[in-house]
Amino acid sequence: MGHIVLLGMNHKTAPVEIREQLAVACASQANPLQLFPYLRHVQELFFLSTCNRVEILFTCLSLDEATQEIKALLRTHLGTPQISAAELEAGLYVHRDEQAVRHLFRVSASLDSMVVGEPQILGQIKAAYREAITYRTVRVILNRLLHKAFSVAKRVRSDTMIGCYAVSISYAAVELARKIFGELEGKKVLVIGAGEMAELAAEHFLAQGVRHMAVANRTLERAMALSQRFKAKTVPFDHILDELKDVDIVLTSTGSPMPVLTFQDVKSRMRRRRNKPLFFIDIAVPRDIEQRVNEIDNVYLYDIDDLQGVVELNRTERRKEAERAEHIVWEEALKFQEWLRTLDVVPTIIALREKAETIRRNEMRKTLAQLPGLADRERQAIEVLTESIVGKLLHDPIMFLKKKATRDSKQIFVDHTQQLFNLTDGNRPHSSALTEVLANVKKDNENSQQK
Amino acid sequence: MVTVFFVVATICYCVGAVGYLIYLFRDWEPIHRAALGALIGGALAQTVAIISQSYHVGHLAVANSHEALAFFAWILVITYLFVQLCINLRILGSFVSPLAVVFMLTASLLPAKTIPTTTVFQSIWMVLHVVTLFLANALFALAFSAGIMYLLQERHIKRKNFSFLYPRLPSLERLDSINYFCLITGFPLMTIGLVAGFAYAGTVWRSPWNWDPKEIFALITWFIYAILLHERLAVGWRGRRAAWLAIFGFSAILITFLGVNLFFEGHHTVFVR
Repeated sequence: MGHIVLLGMNHKTAPVEIREQLAVACASQANPLQLFPYLRHVQELFFLSTCNRVEILFTCLSLDEATQEIKALLRTHLGTPQISAAELEAGLYVHRDEQAVRHLFRVSASLDSMVVGEPQILGQIKAAYREAITYRTVRVILNRLLHKAFSVAKRVRSDTMIGCYAVSISYAAVELARKIFGELEGKKVLVIGAGEMAELAAEHFLAQGVRHMAVANRTLERAMALSQRFKAKTVPFDHILDELKDVDIVLTSTGSPMPVLTFQDVKSRMRRRRNKPLFFIDIAVPRDIEQRVNEIDNVYLYDIDDLQGVVELNRTERRKEAERAEHIVWEEALKFQEWLRTLDVVPTIIALREKAETIRRNEMRKTLAQLPGLADRERQAIEVLTESIVGKLLHDPIMFLKKKATRDSKQIFVDHTQQLFNLTDGNRPHSSALTEVLANVKKDNENSQQK
Repeated sequence: MVTVFFVVATICYCVGAVGYLIYLFRDWEPIHRAALGALIGGALAQTVAIISQSYHVGHLAVANSHEALAFFAWILVITYLFVQLCINLRILGSFVSPLAVVFMLTASLLPAKTIPTTTVFQSIWMVLHVVTLFLANALFALAFSAGIMYLLQERHIKRKNFSFLYPRLPSLERLDSINYFCLITGFPLMTIGLVAGFAYAGTVWRSPWNWDPKEIFALITWFIYAILLHERLAVGWRGRRAAWLAIFGFSAILITFLGVNLFFEGHHTVFVR
C-alpha cells in the first residue's frame, strides 16, 4: 500500500532567513518538477512554492527513501550553501496519509495562511497544479486529491463566511461603501491627498467597478501620477469644495495639521446634492475631516480608528468561521481516505472484467465461425446478448467488492475473488491492470476539467 | 367552510412569520423556502376563503372590520410576494410577514357578522375604492417596513456599531429605493381610491364630502404622503427623513383604517359594523 506524504515549511515553522531564500527560489525559473524522472522512489509529485510556504506533496511505496530523495530535491531547489541541512530540517514538517490530506485541504481553504481566508492561495495552488500537469508528475491519486482540494476550498468559501469579513482597512472601507450605496458601479470617488493608503483604497474601489475618480493633491506632480494610474481627472486643491456636490465617496489622506473639510463645508452643500448620501473615509492622522460631519443626515464619516475597529471585529468573526471550516476539512479528508481505500479493489475488478470479456470474445469467435450465414443484425443481436449476460453475471460480485472496499477486511474478499476467478495479476500495484486504471481515471479527470 | 380556510391561512401566516424571523438571524436557505412556501399557501387558502365568502354574500367580502382586516392582510401578503418576485429582497419578509400576522389575528378577534347585502355594496365605485386603497395601503406598509429597516441599518452605520442585524440588512440605497418605489406607485393608487370613495359617497349620500371622521383622517393621510412625495421630488428628501415619514404615514393609515372604524361614529361605519 502506497503513502501520501506532504513535506514542507511555512511562515510558522521556518524563520524569515529561510523564507527569504524561498522568495529568491520563487523568482527563479528552474522548476523542481523537472527533476522528477530522476526520483526513483517517488511515484507522483506536486510542488507548491509561494513566498510564505513550500509544500511538496508526493506518493511513494517506501516512505524513508522517498522522503530522503525529496529532501535532497528541496536542497537542490533552494540551491543555497547559506542554509545548513540542519537548519533546513528544523523548519520542515512532514505529514503522512490522512494528515497530509488534511494539511493540503487546510492550505487550499486558506486556513493555514498568514491572513486566514485570503483567496490568493487557491489560485497559486491551481497554477502549481497546471505546472505539474505539464510535467506529467501527477496521476490518479494526486490528481484526485488536488481536485478535491479545489472543491474543499470552494465549499469552505460557500458554506462559511470566512471570506466575507474584510480584514484590511482599505477593504473594510469598500465593504462599508457597499452597505451604503449597494452597487458601486457608476459612483464617483474623490481622492484628497495621495498617500499610499489612499492609493490602496482607490485600487479596491476601482476593482469594485467605480469608474469616475478624481484626485486632488497639493503637489500637482503626485496627483498627476495617481490620476494617470487610475485614469482619473485631477482637481485643483482649492476646488475640492465644488467637487462635493457630485461625488459619492471622499477618501482623504493629506498631511494637513488642520481639517481640510469642516462641518459647515459639508452641511451647506447637502441641499445642492439633493441629499444624496456622501461617504467620507478619512485615513489621515491628524484627521482631515471634522468629526461632527458624521452628524449630518445622509453623511457618513469613518476615520482610521473606526475602520480599525471594523477590521478587529471582522478578525474575530473570521476566527469563528475558521472553526467551522476546519470541520469541513476534517469531513472531506475522511471522505478522501475512503476513496483511497476503494482504490485497492479496482485492479481486481478490472481483472475480473477483462477475464470475462476475453472469454466472451473467444467464445463469440468460435460460434460465429460455425455460423457463416448470419446477417449483420443477427450477429449484433448475439453480441448484445452475450455482453448483457456477462455484465449481469458480474454485476453482483463487483458491487460486493466495491461495498467491502471501505472495510479493513477487504483484503480477504479481494483474495477470495482472485482465487475464485483465478485472476493472476489482480492486486499488485503497477501491474498492467493498474496502468489501465490510471489511464481511465486520468481520462475521467480530463473530461471533468474540460467541463 | 370559509372559517376553515381562514384558520388555515392564519396558521400559514404565523408559520411563515416565525420562519422569516428565524431567517432574519440565520442565513439558512431551507428556512426561507419554508417560510415563503407557508406565505404562498396561506395566501392561496385565503383567496379561496375570500372568493367563497364574496360569492356567498353577493358582494366583495369587506363589509365589516373582521373582513376588512383579513382582506388587508391578504393584499399585503400578495403585494409582498409580488415585490419579492421582482426585487428578491428576502429580509423584507421578516418585517412584512409579522405585520400580516398582526392583521390576521386582530381580524380573528373581531366578530364576523355578515351584513345583509344591499345595493349600497354592489357599486363599481365601491370595488374600485376598496381595491385601490387597500393596494395603496399594502404598498405603504412595505414602505413602512423598509423604513424600519433603513433606520436600523442607518443606526448601525452611523454609530459604527455592527451588531447582529448589520450583515443581514441590505444597503441603505436599496432600502431607500424601495421606499421611493412604494411611494410613487402607492400615491396614485391612494388618490384614485379616495376619488372613487368621494364619487361613491356622492351617489349614496348626495354629497361627496360630509365631514365624516373617516373622510377627514383619510385626507390628512393623503396630505402626509403628498408632502413626502413633493419633498422627495422637489427637494430631494431621502434616507432617514423619508423613512420616518413612511413610518409616520403608515401610522396615520392605521388610524384612518382601524381607529376610526372602531372608535368613531360616522356614516362610513355602515360598512364596518
